Amino acid sequence: MIYVALRMLTGDRGKYFGIVMGLTFASFLITQQMAIFVGLMTRTYGFITDSALADVWVMDPKVQFVDDIKPLQDTQLLRVRGIEGVEWAVPLYKGILKARLDNGNFQACNVVGLDDATLIGGPATMIEGALADLRRADGVIIDEAGAKGKLARKGPDGIAIPLKVGSTVELNDHRAVVVGICRVSRTFQSQPVVYTTYTRATTFAPMERKLLSFIQAKARPGITPKELASRIAKGTTLAAYTKPEFESLTISYFMKYTGIPINFGIAVLLGFLVGTAIAGQTFYNFTLENLKHFAALKAMGATNGTLLVMVVLQALLVGGIGYGFGTGLAAMFGRAVGTNTELAFRLPWQILCGTGGAIAVICTFAALLSLIKVIRLEPAIVFKG
Amino acid sequence: MEVAQELAVELSGITKTYGSGDSKVTALRGVDLEVSSDELLMLVGPSGCGKTTLISIVAGILDQDAGSCHVFGQDMKAMRDRDRVRYRGDHIGFVFQAFNLLPTLTAAENAAIPLLIKGVARREAVERASDMLERVGLKGRGHSLPSQLSGGQQQRVAIARSLVHQPRLIVCDEPTSALDHETGHKVMELFRDVAMGEGRSLIIVTHDSRIFEFADRIATMDDGRIVEVTKAPPKSH
Repeated sequence: MIYVALRMLTGDRGKYFGIVMGLTFASFLITQQMAIFVGLMTRTYGFITDSALADVWVMDPKVQFVDDIKPLQDTQLLRVRGIEGVEWAVPLYKGILKARLDNGNFQACNVVGLDDATLIGGPATMIEGALADLRRADGVIIDEAGAKGKLARKGPDGIAIPLKVGSTVELNDHRAVVVGICRVSRTFQSQPVVYTTYTRATTFAPMERKLLSFIQAKARPGITPKELASRIAKGTTLAAYTKPEFESLTISYFMKYTGIPINFGIAVLLGFLVGTAIAGQTFYNFTLENLKHFAALKAMGATNGTLLVMVVLQALLVGGIGYGFGTGLAAMFGRAVGTNTELAFRLPWQILCGTGGAIAVICTFAALLSLIKVIRLEPAIVFKG
Repeated sequence: MEVAQELAVELSGITKTYGSGDSKVTALRGVDLEVSSDELLMLVGPSGCGKTTLISIVAGILDQDAGSCHVFGQDMKAMRDRDRVRYRGDHIGFVFQAFNLLPTLTAAENAAIPLLIKGVARREAVERASDMLERVGLKGRGHSLPSQLSGGQQQRVAIARSLVHQPRLIVCDEPTSALDHETGHKVMELFRDVAMGEGRSLIIVTHDSRIFEFADRIATMDDGRIVEVTKAPPKSH
């Protein structure tokens, strides 16, 4: 009877493709929206991810997320260095400074000041120049997206001319020379990222009593980052987080205090509902149209169990194919838009599992509706013409 | 000395009502009827007289409210649902007014369905169904889809399907109503030639007086009762 179920499903190509297309659309929509949501959320802590060397981030206890800067006194760096188990600890400046553009407009930039001696926390991928070039006078390294996009100059014909090594920019009324172009994770607000040394960053920044944004620390061998964070927190009264903890703190802030989750949640829910409506309705209609055939099978001796297996098999088949096509299309979409463009797109395996679950729910829902009809089906209807 | 024939169907005091209150409809009001094995009985009567309800009860797909229905000695109502479904699959064949062929299966696959339901392997089931198609005059049409067959041919497929698992009782609902006179006659001849014999009984619900001559007996129903059981008119050919 499995063969009969499959032939019933696939025999009418139009209806079969209709159901598969519905589920493909639902699967694509759910995967794509979730991937953009995850991509966007990943950008909120992209800066933390890029700073690969540090085990522990130390900051003011009131800091809620990575861009929530509450500066520390420079002496706190020495206190952290004095904690047992710290291999090294370096200062990090992070702030938003304005860059003046050629046309007179200002562009907010994410300026990162790295420890002058070690340059720890710098970008991992250099496209032009070298990290050490930051030691040159007024040297800054700009991220590729910023150099080609928001900080690019306009040529006489209106075409953007990307910043390149040797170009100069004006940061908060200070001259800076581009000594390198790097590739970093996109920031949440898609602002250009400008790397320089800590000392230079503090001269670019407006005068303030405290300018130290974070302290990055490394644990000695044999000490876990969590243990070190705990020691620093106890020994300094500052907040100290391991990298995953700081990422989690940042995400939690965005989830709790911004409308992003609810807005994307609605989009994902809509995808789910539209998918359910299209696929569920189409599959349900398919079963309804076949009710007289199910009734005939029932009259001829097919048990409810046999009919249930047939319906579930049909639902699983279209669900599986729709899921495969939908997630495949979403992956192709992600590949087409790229991983480091304006559109945030990230497709971890958890999303694929989530979409699989959602499609399973849609199919189960549609199959359940159909099954109820089939189980309650009175075989005597076959004699009613 | 006359040899008593085995009773295929024995109905006694069958009543059936649908709905309740003001919408209550009494379909059968105490039907008594016996059908012998190797007999072709036609149930006739005006629309709404209870014919379809009666064959549904005989076929074990509907329960009566009162009375008893025995098919080859089995009390249909007393059987558990699962047993009754199995009994139906083993011993009863169906021919429906609208043929009820699955449009996406070939003629042979359609005819093989009762065997597939019983768990016979597909290849063997289709082979046996193809043999049966040959017996009903559809040799070489086993690979055709129902849409590629005429109404008469589709009805032949339905007949092959009703016979393929060698049931002892076949119930037919208006088997010729969708066919022209000539095709209807051929279908009935087929029933007589292929379906009858081997102790098999046929109960045919029909309005089509042109096929009455094929019956052994005709039971006329009206208002939920059997009002007359007569011998069939003499055959015209």
